[in-house]
Amino acid sequence: MKYTEEHEWLVTEGDIVTVGITKHAAEQLGDVVFVELPEVGTEITKDEEVVVIESVKAASDILAPLDGEIVEVNDAIVDAPSKVNDDPEGEAWFFKVKPSDLSPMDDYMDEAAYKDFIG
Amino acid sequence: MSALRQTPLHALHVELGAKMVDFAGYDMPVQYPMGIMGEHSHCREKAGLFDVSHMGQVILRAGDYETVAAAFESLIPMDVLGLGEGRQRYGFFTNDAGGIEDDLMFANRGDHLFVVVNAACKEADIARMTAALEPGVTVTPVTDRALLALQGPAAEAALATLLPEVADMRFMDVADVVWEGETLWISRSGYTGEDGFEISVPAAKADPLARALLADDRVAPIGLGARDSLRLEAGLCLYGHDIDTSTRPYEAALGWALQKARRADGARAGGYPGADHVFADRAALSRKRVGLRPEGRAPMREGVDLFAGADGGDPIGKITSGGFGPTVGGPVAMGYVPAELAEPGTKIFGALRGKRLPLTVTTLPFVAANFKR
Repeated sequence: MKYTEEHEWLVTEGDIVTVGITKHAAEQLGDVVFVELPEVGTEITKDEEVVVIESVKAASDILAPLDGEIVEVNDAIVDAPSKVNDDPEGEAWFFKVKPSDLSPMDDYMDEAAYKDFIG
Repeated sequence: MSALRQTPLHALHVELGAKMVDFAGYDMPVQYPMGIMGEHSHCREKAGLFDVSHMGQVILRAGDYETVAAAFESLIPMDVLGLGEGRQRYGFFTNDAGGIEDDLMFANRGDHLFVVVNAACKEADIARMTAALEPGVTVTPVTDRALLALQGPAAEAALATLLPEVADMRFMDVADVVWEGETLWISRSGYTGEDGFEISVPAAKADPLARALLADDRVAPIGLGARDSLRLEAGLCLYGHDIDTSTRPYEAALGWALQKARRADGARAGGYPGADHVFADRAALSRKRVGLRPEGRAPMREGVDLFAGADGGDPIGKITSGGFGPTVGGPVAMGYVPAELAEPGTKIFGALRGKRLPLTVTTLPFVAANFKR
């Protein structure tokens, strides 16, 4: 598993990367009440806003970690946003992307580096 | 930057694991480990304890109640003289344009008035009252007492365990009740839409009183986050957001707070700052605060521009408070719209992230009040 400074986690399986937010991010957000995901087939560009997530406190954006095409989204968290608090690093993944360029993956943090990052 | 002020319950908040934030210059709990959603629901289902000690408590005296009440009527559009002993009312200070300078609660405590004002406005309020009312009236800020609120359907049972006499109080009653040798000033009121009490307690007794209440399984501490979602569902205004110096009482849908004696045709009409502007609104209103239910699940928050149509046109108003209503189970908001669009059921639009999403004008409150009248 890799981690971004935006508190996303990324898991690579074959040529698909699954993206979600970390437990730390979910705790910081507080109770999640709304998630808006991109549509399957959308071409995304690294660092553009791809997901809107709102907690009882505030709205946040999630930035695309890679260039590529969205191949699957997790509608279950749109229907039940509280899953993001319950199981952020498991059941409540956000989307799967087929990257056109995997090279940014090398720059993302491993678990030890992410733990240092969040202190 | 000056250091944040602390209430007498600060150490307790930290001990309870609260996340602390700067609110009106005070280091206050925004939430406890239960979280905003859990705290909100706990307060609606059982009872919640709030620290509102940052608010301003002020005593006004002028010999007898009639004298101080008559003087206070020069600053607020409420019937102060007609308020019975041991009773409380909602009110607000107005400015020369009829705008609202702050909202407040005032109580007839026999020979004096007890006023509670917002934390962010308290210095200005005290200065306003002092300038306008002294020397005939003595304005005394109460700085040696904390203020707690206990709110929710189990509030009466929980407080009556310590103080059985509170069970006899009705909504908006005030009473002195002695606890462990100290006199508490209690009102049956609050800011959640639930039954409950606000308790003014000597600072040294605030921590033991809070702990005694929290020892009851039904009572949980509630932070400012849930306080905001609870008052929003109850349709109650937050000063500086839903009402401010540019909003007048009838625009703010607060006409109910102006009793008959002070209206244009009343026995003591006007006589407060901006009365003519307030009277003009009663005859013909140009805009009004309304409840708004966004369709779908996306919360629409303060500052979202409102439009009459799905595209084109200039904004018709703004959302002044909005978010997710845990008891409603969806987004709720309040805002100002032109009077002709204020009818419940009217569909308007809010601009969210570049899209116009529909909202329906709704009666307030979103969650029915649960007062013990």
